[in-house]
Amino acid sequence: MIQLKNVYKSFGDRTILNDISVTFEKGKTNLIIGQSGSGKTVLLKSIVGLLEIDSGDIIYGDTNFTTSDFLTKKEIRKQIGMLFQGGALFDSSTVEENVGFPLDMFTDMTDEEKLERVNFCLKRVRLENANHLFPSEISGGMKKRVAIARAIALQPKYLFCDEPNSGLDPMTSIIIDNLIKEITEEYEITTIVNTHDMNSVMEIGDKVVFIYKGNKSWEGSKDDIFHSDNETLNDFVFASPLGKKIKSLVRSA
Amino acid sequence: MLPKGLFYHLGQYYMLMGKVFAKPEKHKLFYKQFVKEVSALGLSSLGIIAIISLFMGAVITIQTAYNTENPLLPPYLIGLAARDSILLEFSSTMIALILAGKVGSSIASELGTMRVTEQIDALEIMGVNSAGYLILPKITAAMAFNPFLCLVSMTVGIFGGWLVGTAVGVITTEQYIIGIQYAFEPYYITYSVIKTIVFAFIITSISAYYGYNVEGGSLEVGRSSTRAVVYSSVVILLFNLILTQLLLS
Ligand SMILES: Nc1ncnc2c1ncn2[C@@H]1O[C@H](COP(=O)(O)OP(=O)(O)O)[C@@H](O)[C@H]1O
Ligand SMILES: [Mg+2]
Repeated sequence: MIQLKNVYKSFGDRTILNDISVTFEKGKTNLIIGQSGSGKTVLLKSIVGLLEIDSGDIIYGDTNFTTSDFLTKKEIRKQIGMLFQGGALFDSSTVEENVGFPLDMFTDMTDEEKLERVNFCLKRVRLENANHLFPSEISGGMKKRVAIARAIALQPKYLFCDEPNSGLDPMTSIIIDNLIKEITEEYEITTIVNTHDMNSVMEIGDKVVFIYKGNKSWEGSKDDIFHSDNETLNDFVFASPLGKKIKSLVRSA
Repeated sequence: MLPKGLFYHLGQYYMLMGKVFAKPEKHKLFYKQFVKEVSALGLSSLGIIAIISLFMGAVITIQTAYNTENPLLPPYLIGLAARDSILLEFSSTMIALILAGKVGSSIASELGTMRVTEQIDALEIMGVNSAGYLILPKITAAMAFNPFLCLVSMTVGIFGGWLVGTAVGVITTEQYIIGIQYAFEPYYITYSVIKTIVFAFIITSISAYYGYNVEGGSLEVGRSSTRAVVYSSVVILLFNLILTQLLLS
């Protein structure tokens, strides 16, 4: 479980996150949704500590991450896996080396043990026979899979995904989304996913938090989302022509 | 990206170096990266250093010959003057400036790309000291290997002077050999090697600073790599002055 209490973050005199308080549950896929530029990435990076917040508390389990010392933060970070928007694979390393990197860094596994774990993770994301390819040699969807495999290599308790389907076609998006959800449930991970994709919301949104201009505007389940009277949420959810059609159907039902 | 002043950068640079010189996470990984960097930054520069040194040795010899056409001066002076220019300035400072262009821009663009594609964030998130992991091997590899490049440059430069000097007939082999041995100061080699080690630190750390702190996109990566070369070169020239004063006076 991850709890945010009154989190503020600004750059210069621009407030990006304005008093965000929310709880993300364990074993659930928690979604942060909102328009581009609404502050989703800043929120995610603040939670993991890549950005320092101005005030507020971020609590992992029972540990207050914000007030922790360097070593405690480091311990928590080892329990975090993160999937970046562009994959952030190491260009000069192969798929196998990418996934094995956290193991190299933080475990004393033998080469055989490492290879076994790497292959297990790659198999888990259904990516086999790509061990010796470089990131430049694989497709966008495959990169995302490798990034997920790398994120789960150390069996994280917390998984963060920033726009996991950006740049992917709808089919591949659904596969990646479902992979994230499966892994979340299978390993009881607290997962937080940033997205502006309503398909993802429908597919995997156990809990949905809507961010509007840096404020938490709404939270609820994916089923509540169609029945909310929150104007800005409705504008976001039903923005597409398809969305407008759904809205009229839902409302008339 | 950088409207801020000199002291801001000095402070940031100092803090980055603090992270860089923290104890490595895993010595085995450090060693692996170190070997990789020796090859990427050092061995790969061997060819260009050799070619440039060969030609510069030749040019220095010919120019010295034309400038000392006075019959009162013994011809072996040409060898001596060429040797001293190469040992004192050329193989340390000139080579450092060339490496600032080659190695500096490659470090800055590598780290800059890693920054904008979030690879550095990915390392930090895992709990890795990204500055230490990425930069320390580069700095130490260059400091360890560049003295070798300096010695290669000296050897090839002196050889180039002989090769071309005798080929165009400005000096005989005998005179050249007498010249390069005459009043030889072994300390000049030490002096050059010390300078080279300092310059290696300057090139790698300053370029790493500019690459590591890129903000924005690929355009910024390009800009920071230009800055890395310019500022490394300026600082090299400054330290050349300081070191010359310290070591030779
Ligand atoms: N490092 C930064 N410095 C200044 N402003 C930033 C920085 N990172 C993000 N911002 C600003 O914060 C706002 C939210 O950005 P972001 O969180 O990336 O949005 P998104 O919801 O699309 O992920 C944007 O207006 C962006 O310009
Ligand atoms: Mg974003």
